[in-house]
Amino acid sequence: MSNPITTIAPEEAVQKLKYYQKGTFTVGNRLVAEADRSVQASRDRSNALTCGHRACQGCGEALGARYAIDAAMRATNNNLIAVNATGCLEVFTTPYPETSWQLPWLHSLFGNAAAVATGVAAAMRVKRRSDIRVVAQGGDGGTTDIGFQCLSGMFERNDDVLYICYDNEGYMNTGVQRSSATPPTARTATTAAVGPEPGNVFGTGKSVPRIAVAHNIPYVATATVADLHDLERKVTKAMSVRGARYIQIDVPCPLGWGAASHDTIRVARLAVECGFYPIFEAEHGRVTQVRKIRRQVPVIDYLKLQRRFAHLFKEGQEDPRVVRLQAICDANIAEYGLIDAVDEDE
Amino acid sequence: MLKQIEGSHAMAEAIALCRPEVICAYPITPQTHIVEGLGELVKEGSLVDCEYINVESEFAALSVAIGASAAGARAYTATASQGLLFMAEAVYNASGLGLPIVMTLGNRAIGAPINIWNDHSDAMSMRDSGWLQLFAETNQEAVDLHIQAFRIAEELSMPVMVCVDGFILTHAMERIDIPDQTAVDAYLPPYDPVQVLDPASPISIGAMVGPEAFTEVRFLAHYKQMQALRLIPEFAGEFARQFGRNSGGLLRAYRTEDAELLVVAMGSICGTIKDTIDEMRDDGIRVGLVTIVSFRPFPVDALRNALAGAKDVVVIEKSVAVGMGGQLADNIGAAIRNLTRAPRLHSAVAGLGGRSITRASLHHLFRQAAVQPWEGTHFLDLNEKVVGREIHRKRKNRRSGPTAENILRQLAIATGLPAAE
Ligand SMILES: Cc1ncc(C[n+]2csc(CCOP(=O)(O)OP(=O)(O)O)c2C)c(N)n1
Ligand code: SF4
Ligand SMILES: [Mg+2]
Repeated sequence: MSNPITTIAPEEAVQKLKYYQKGTFTVGNRLVAEADRSVQASRDRSNALTCGHRACQGCGEALGARYAIDAAMRATNNNLIAVNATGCLEVFTTPYPETSWQLPWLHSLFGNAAAVATGVAAAMRVKRRSDIRVVAQGGDGGTTDIGFQCLSGMFERNDDVLYICYDNEGYMNTGVQRSSATPPTARTATTAAVGPEPGNVFGTGKSVPRIAVAHNIPYVATATVADLHDLERKVTKAMSVRGARYIQIDVPCPLGWGAASHDTIRVARLAVECGFYPIFEAEHGRVTQVRKIRRQVPVIDYLKLQRRFAHLFKEGQEDPRVVRLQAICDANIAEYGLIDAVDEDE
Repeated sequence: MLKQIEGSHAMAEAIALCRPEVICAYPITPQTHIVEGLGELVKEGSLVDCEYINVESEFAALSVAIGASAAGARAYTATASQGLLFMAEAVYNASGLGLPIVMTLGNRAIGAPINIWNDHSDAMSMRDSGWLQLFAETNQEAVDLHIQAFRIAEELSMPVMVCVDGFILTHAMERIDIPDQTAVDAYLPPYDPVQVLDPASPISIGAMVGPEAFTEVRFLAHYKQMQALRLIPEFAGEFARQFGRNSGGLLRAYRTEDAELLVVAMGSICGTIKDTIDEMRDDGIRVGLVTIVSFRPFPVDALRNALAGAKDVVVIEKSVAVGMGGQLADNIGAAIRNLTRAPRLHSAVAGLGGRSITRASLHHLFRQAAVQPWEGTHFLDLNEKVVGREIHRKRKNRRSGPTAENILRQLAIATGLPAAE
């Protein structure tokens, strides 16, 4: 495949990549052999979410959405329709008359994205256009809380929808409130860092990926913006399957987490490497693959980059609850087998 | 074709004739038989090219319809009462997005106290949602209104709610003329959406709109309903020419020529009112009825014309805006307020939660309006004794307990049944 430099006709639905990220891996990538290049280095890659949107600098959700929807568009030859729940992604991408979306996109409500997507898929089936596929996307609040009933209904009916949850562990669009995806001890606007046990409490919350697996749907995966290739692979795989599919992506939110904009990938990587955010795939109710931790890091490394956990390390004193957070990581590692047992003899 | 058939099944057949492409079903009495009927038609293969989706809630039912409609499919759902409230957010969303979904509302009271019987509280709760609301007087009209509803909805790109009285219509076995497919096809062209999700020409739908444009968007929604004031009679006329019977329109007059007293009502109660009027006419009383078919858009001009000559207008409605009075009376009051010789308006609330509205009570009510007019809202056939006792109890005893249960206990005692303490 050649990469001729072409001018882009304005009527073209899919905007070509612009090389404005000078000095990054993306550009450097173009210098390697074509077969080895990242798809991001291709001038022909689609660009579902164009620049100019209003996300904060370093927004993990914007990054995750762009890669996920790009991959889904590629997998479907651009025959893709997106349904979006209310939330940051919806707000920052459509400051009309500007829109960042290069594919047909519908925002209805906060809690109904899965059901609206079911409707779109039904329309495509009845019109004998099942080649046109549907993704629904929402934040963790729109997915694990208010949209949960619609989501479970869509799963249970095995509707032909890929639902992508951008998990930034809180209601960011309304100013960082607690959701059922907010981790214990995290400070949010509704779990203030005050009192004897500052931040979010232990023993609450839910794992929607595991609940999705319990629906026995064809495909469930967790992913992270720290590994975009893995994310692309999972979306591509999801699009090769019919029926209800669920991908949840860990997308750090610099604003809500109190992390530096340039640390988004780092924070996301540490979440995986400490065992806090297990990355796995499941098919038809069974976990089929996990992303192994190459070099386990203590959870503290992850926590310390984020001001939402700052109260755990006040005045040089470590909150004893850090041990419990480490225990969560260890439990994840054990449950999903994230670290291979080292053979003493080797 | 004439059929002896249950109202709900007749409606299901009529809806099927409209070739809906996506139907979302969720059970709630008294609407359930309609979606059951449709489910059977799809399953047995007589309704083809239709996706029938058993959803997990009414909120999902309408949301699925929203997605389907935005993707260019003709979408239908049905609900009642609590179901309509459960989907409320999506009700506003569908009209806000301008999606021509048709929904049947099997009119039923809203709890608490939970009550499955007919009144119009559910329809009234969404009267300002931007949907058109058409009320059927008979099951024949219910059948016909559904066919017209798809036509109106798609012409305007606005959703339409067809309101049919729960049980009284939905569960009544009647002789109904079900139109044939060719006639319906001739009347209702295929859905040609004004906006559609299409990868060949991608658009974004549902963006945030700020103060700079919100008023204009709302104005245009209002403008569409004003257009509907012209379209509804036009399509009803076309329907009459094609199917040979009058159904729908904005409103209908019954024995109103020379009437001094006019009754205004909506839905199935109009049959009983007509019988009452016939009897009163026999007694020489100049009384007539105006039946409102289109509650949204509210036919202000047509109503002003219809009511202008009367001395007294009695509005009888199956709903109450608690703390204000009857919504229909309120809307009619607004419609006639600047008439030079506006009739006196008398508001009555009747038939709440399925209470029978008898001819005897109507006779009394209509006669009283002229000779002993009342102020405010009259609750027809209110059991004043029971109410009085409950008010007294509450005054005497702080921990007086739940109102509904107290009243039921009173009634049990009055009928000699054992009452729980
Ligand atoms: C029914 C309803 N309740 C509440 C809101 C307010 N609301 C809008 S976006 C949002 C937060 C979204 O959080 P999440 O889904 O996690 O997405 P994020 O913004 O974090 O990406 C809330 C609470 C709403 N729009 N609708
Ligand atoms: S608040 Fe967080 S999720 Fe929202 S745009 Fe900013 S970084 Fe992204
Ligand atoms: Mg969130």
